[in-house]
Amino acid sequence: MLKLDNISLEIEANDRKVKILHDINLEFEAGKMYALTGPNGSGKSSVTRVAMGIYQPSEGAVIYNGEDITTLDVSNRARAGIGYAFQHPARFKGMPVKDMLEYAFKYSSGYDCQVLRDLGLCPEEYLERALDNSLSGGEIKRIEIATLLAQDPKVRMFDEPEAGIDLWSFEQLIDVIGASHREDTTTVVISHQEKILNMVDEIILIENGTISMRGDRETIWPKIKESALCGCRRSCRLEEEEIYADCPR
Amino acid sequence: MLTALDKKLLQEIADLHGDPPGAFNIRKDGQGIQRRSLEGIEINPKSDQPGIDVIVSAGKEGTVHIPVIMTQTELSDLVYNTIDIGPEAVITLVAGCGIHNPGSGNARHDGVHEIIVRQGAHLVYTEKHFGEGEGGGKRMLNPKTLLTVEEGGYAELELVQIRGVDDTTRVTEVEVKTGGRLVMYERLLTDGEQTANSDVLVKLMGEESTARIISRSVAQERSMQAFNPRLIAYGPGRGHVECDSIIMDQAVVRSVPEIWAENADAELVHEAAIGKIAGEQLIKLMALGLSEEEAEEAIISGFLK
Repeated sequence: MLKLDNISLEIEANDRKVKILHDINLEFEAGKMYALTGPNGSGKSSVTRVAMGIYQPSEGAVIYNGEDITTLDVSNRARAGIGYAFQHPARFKGMPVKDMLEYAFKYSSGYDCQVLRDLGLCPEEYLERALDNSLSGGEIKRIEIATLLAQDPKVRMFDEPEAGIDLWSFEQLIDVIGASHREDTTTVVISHQEKILNMVDEIILIENGTISMRGDRETIWPKIKESALCGCRRSCRLEEEEIYADCPR
Repeated sequence: MLTALDKKLLQEIADLHGDPPGAFNIRKDGQGIQRRSLEGIEINPKSDQPGIDVIVSAGKEGTVHIPVIMTQTELSDLVYNTIDIGPEAVITLVAGCGIHNPGSGNARHDGVHEIIVRQGAHLVYTEKHFGEGEGGGKRMLNPKTLLTVEEGGYAELELVQIRGVDDTTRVTEVEVKTGGRLVMYERLLTDGEQTANSDVLVKLMGEESTARIISRSVAQERSMQAFNPRLIAYGPGRGHVECDSIIMDQAVVRSVPEIWAENADAELVHEAAIGKIAGEQLIKLMALGLSEEEAEEAIISGFLK
């Protein structure tokens, strides 16, 4: 469905070019769920941002349903069926939640505020509220995810959906992401959470801008855990079920 | 008799379709053309100068519309209105001015509103400005609002000007007495070569007097805006000033909030920000399928809501 073909990405930082991604080859198929995981700064978000058209790759091509969309802008990729829930959602002074949901529904089915309820937000309480700093990190994050569910794209990319979300909402979030996944959709989740990694068909480990491991959950998860172990973690005597993200390395 | 143009202007500035509900006075091209008083809401023309007196009795509840429309070029209209909201009354007052300048001469309206919100009264005051015209003549609006909020009174001002007015200097002076509350929203969008100046002076006179001033503006193209909200606490009052501007193209925005306390128990805060539309906001809306232009429009209209 969505293919990243030999993608490299260079960005300019402090007046010099830095290579963020090196020769990434990935194919996301319809009906499957994928997790992108890896250390902070490894390039996970850059991969999905290239797929969304937010970053232009310096080399390689983005192919969607057999068509080269490398030069297609963000708006047109969204209309073609690619969607993104951001890790750090933008805040909008004055804009009510209701308006944002209306924009999200513009290219999908009719307006339905059930998407808020699915994420534990009472529409009566939230629809008129502005998407500004009066919302907590967890609230704005859940609204961000609700907009992606409202948009209902064929390719859904969730960038660290669990970040800033409390434990109770996290369980609900996993249920919602799982339940809304269909045979004709592709779900890509950037995450460090074991529970999310457990629900996907394939885990892709990104390190230093390249794919260092990939495979199904059973084969890849033990390897990831092993590679993520550091001396500090061992000396802390962390239990097996401690999640990868807690490692202070 | 109102023409189709008059009705359009009234709809723009006062959301009026047909006769206003409640008491009203419509002023057109320098003259009062329609007026209706109600029991407890008296509207009378002034005898010594152009303008009206609106007198609301104690405890009265209702709506008052006092729009001004101008449809001629080369016209300068100066008007003095006095509005007296009696104790414990609850009133929504819709003012505002719509100018359609058909020619190349200037059309200018200077309105002075003196408002008193008496003890325990509640006033919601909306003033919307609108300008249009094909002749190239300037549309100029200079409102001056002098407001006193007496003990335990509440006044909410909503001052709006979205496009169409070439030149405006807005003066708002408010005195908030003990236990009085003021909330003021100002929303402004300028484009082309327009200029807008807003000077606000709020004096918190006594205990528990509070004020909140929220100013949001968008400056586009080569327009210029200047804000100077000043908040003075003479007693232990509380106040907050927030000036927020989106700047675009080659526009210029100057924002100078001032807070000034003369009492150790006063609490005053000001915030001012000028910045362009954030890239992450545009990207978010574009990721929902909006074009860049649609995203920009959505951000601006939300910001000015």
